[in-house]
Amino acid sequence: MYDSVTNRRSFIKKMAMLSAITAAASMFPGIVFAREQEKGIPENAKLDWKKGPCRFCGVGCGILVGTENGKAVAVKGDPNSAVNKGLLCVKGYHQIMCIQSKDRLETALVKKNGKYVETPLSEALDLVASKMKESISQNGKDSVAMYTSGQSTIPEGYIASKFMKGAIGTNNLDCNARLCMASAVTGFLTSFGADEPMGCYEDIDHADYFVTWGNNMAEMHPVLFSRMLEQKTKRGAKIIDFATRTTRSSTASDRSILFEPQTDLAVANAICYEIIKNGWVNKSFVEKHCSFSKGLTNIGYGLEDKFKFTDKPEKIDFESYKEFLKDYSPEKVSKYSKVSVKDIKYLAAIYGDPNKKVVSYWCMGMNQHTRGTWMNNLVYNIHLLTGKISQPGNGPFSLTGQPSACGTAREVGTFTHKLPHGLVVNKKDREMAAKIWKVPVERIPSKPTYHATEMFRAVDRGDINFIWVQATNPLVSLPKTSRYRPAMEKKSCFVVVSDVFPTPTTDVADVILPAAWHIEKGGLYGNSERRTQYWQKMVDAPGDATPDTWMFIEVARRMGFEGLFPYSKENHVEEIYYEYRQFHEGAEHSMAPLEVLKKESGVIWPYVNGKSTQWRYNAKYDPACSNDEDFHFYGKPDGRAVIWQRPFEDAPEKPNQEYPFWLNTGRVVEHWHTGSMTRRIPVLHQAMPNAYVEFHPDDAKALGIRNGENIKVSSRRGSCTLPASINERGLPTKGQVFVPFFDENMLINDVTLDSFCPISKEPDYKKCAVKVERA
Amino acid sequence: MPIKSYLAHPIAGRKEELMTALVTLGQCEVIPAENQNILALVTDTQNEKEDEILKEKIEALSSLKLLALVSGFNTSQ
Ligand code: SF4
Repeated sequence: MYDSVTNRRSFIKKMAMLSAITAAASMFPGIVFAREQEKGIPENAKLDWKKGPCRFCGVGCGILVGTENGKAVAVKGDPNSAVNKGLLCVKGYHQIMCIQSKDRLETALVKKNGKYVETPLSEALDLVASKMKESISQNGKDSVAMYTSGQSTIPEGYIASKFMKGAIGTNNLDCNARLCMASAVTGFLTSFGADEPMGCYEDIDHADYFVTWGNNMAEMHPVLFSRMLEQKTKRGAKIIDFATRTTRSSTASDRSILFEPQTDLAVANAICYEIIKNGWVNKSFVEKHCSFSKGLTNIGYGLEDKFKFTDKPEKIDFESYKEFLKDYSPEKVSKYSKVSVKDIKYLAAIYGDPNKKVVSYWCMGMNQHTRGTWMNNLVYNIHLLTGKISQPGNGPFSLTGQPSACGTAREVGTFTHKLPHGLVVNKKDREMAAKIWKVPVERIPSKPTYHATEMFRAVDRGDINFIWVQATNPLVSLPKTSRYRPAMEKKSCFVVVSDVFPTPTTDVADVILPAAWHIEKGGLYGNSERRTQYWQKMVDAPGDATPDTWMFIEVARRMGFEGLFPYSKENHVEEIYYEYRQFHEGAEHSMAPLEVLKKESGVIWPYVNGKSTQWRYNAKYDPACSNDEDFHFYGKPDGRAVIWQRPFEDAPEKPNQEYPFWLNTGRVVEHWHTGSMTRRIPVLHQAMPNAYVEFHPDDAKALGIRNGENIKVSSRRGSCTLPASINERGLPTKGQVFVPFFDENMLINDVTLDSFCPISKEPDYKKCAVKVERA
Repeated sequence: MPIKSYLAHPIAGRKEELMTALVTLGQCEVIPAENQNILALVTDTQNEKEDEILKEKIEALSSLKLLALVSGFNTSQ
């Protein structure tokens, strides 16, 4: 955005202003400087403003990018976007600065004799196609795999799915949303039979209470948090932060309640116990709209290769559910959760008060959990028992991390078990896909293969001989990278990585494909509130950098699938969306036509008769309700949502004498995930140049550790050395350390454990045991 | 030729007043936060002496509660 700022002095002034703004952002959660976005734009500039979604997070703020002479020179919040109403956070505002980075990947690189050689793109794509074909002919279809992203656009995800499942005929497709959203998906499916939240961001304008479950929204969803703070000031709405670490969200909340890692399961059950005990159950809602079930217990942690688990749901009645909850009285739970009886009762009373509207928000804290599906079920239980669901200001709301975790990973279905509509195991869904894709139905396999962790284990075992990684950086973001980095370096697997910048994952690639960035291609994203956002290409990509969708199509064509991919280079985004939309016809998921998406700053689905459905399952708002009742959970055959009996079970690895600390990992406001983009934005990099290990001051004192001192954090799997941080950004509870994972020079995922929720297969990055020592 | 950036915290209810006062002083570029009682401020002066004088003037403003320095640059251009 500084291209039009010609002299160095005004550039420095701008940098100075950005430093101030970034400092303010780290001091005040959710602070917004909307007017700042107009500054620095030359007065005589004839900017062409184009709308799109922000590249960086699942909030899905609308942005306007100002272009001049073919260059992006400014970004501002889109005032027409209902998501952010013109506001942006520091990441959003600075986003386009990364494309000017000097080490941008502009040409294809092919590894020859251990060295990367610049290669014409078409030649590199020839090689990719021939390697993929070779692997299939030598070792079968399931020897090739693709690992994509919640940052892939809808067309990218759709073409990846069609290519792998419809053309090649393998379910070896999974994505990094497995690492962040899979438990939310299985939570929704088990409780409601349909994925994604029932409410929308407008809930913020109506709720009396916001309960955030292990969710540091001030740093991870800053614009939404800012909207919540506004309601706090305006209407006296209250924010209750329930977490294992004191963060910027905690300090800005009305109440911060801390719990012992993993015991959120027990506290949620204790809240339900109290709701029932005090007669706060919305009886008519539960009788008409809910059923009760239990599943298997002691379900394991997925630590061994080829781990398999299938739940066996069993119907129960209200009385046996009530009996089960007797183990979860606040008094009993308080003992191991370290949450006071008073605080458990306080939380229960908020949910139990029929005159208060409550929204529960969560993201990674609940999802990255070895009992993530259960934890999602348990929060739904609270809302179902009290009937606080699917109404303005009342509802459970799982937030997404990535900009299109919903739109691409979940809706298009870039998971091994999914199709653009439904599941590979369902014959009807395979038939629908085969019809739209014009492929024989037998070609789409009916069995899911590898979820993310298992996919990289298969690479390590030599079961996968070709992998294409797109728009993600697994060798920084996977758990236990200490196993998967050497795995990806093995000769047995040919590795293709398409990305915008070099990363530790491109470092192990045999072929690196230069990808066009966000605004250098057209696309669609879908955010946390089911909002689909379309944008057009705004500027040209440098060198040979090409949209990923087009590289997928080119390789598919080279492999002999030309007939299945008849799209034109100029118009493929639109053509693909027309085709994809057919999968979601009907009142339950209908998506807005492209003409509408072109005009609007995003449209929430289901979009029926020219109108978005803001609250699903509520007959007042949702035309898909057809049971003549006020609510209809039509995802389930009996129209009822399920209240699940799910117990507390321990984490697989807990602190002991040798490894006395819990390790919790997460993010910071300045950086997007593994930092490959935001660390190339000078002002964000300067504000948060490296990772650190956060201590509780009492632990630091007991160990004689000083701020900034280098500390080696080790687990049974690996170690990582980082400077100590005491009383700075966040405050972990005693006996816990916290490390952000954005820094590729301090790979904390060498230390983490690759255990996962047996139902969702989502890894738990929040809990493993470590020791710490001076480096 | 120093360029410095600050966070200026106004006295409650006097954000607009502080903003006007800073702009009137000259050599100041101000951007208010939309949703917090704070202003981002950049000062641009010819030399150290001028910078000092300007800082004194800013600190004397009655609508200012606190001035926190964020960054300082000295450029020859
Ligand atoms: S909150 Fe998320 S979507 Fe909004 S501007 Fe910030 S990074 Fe972008």
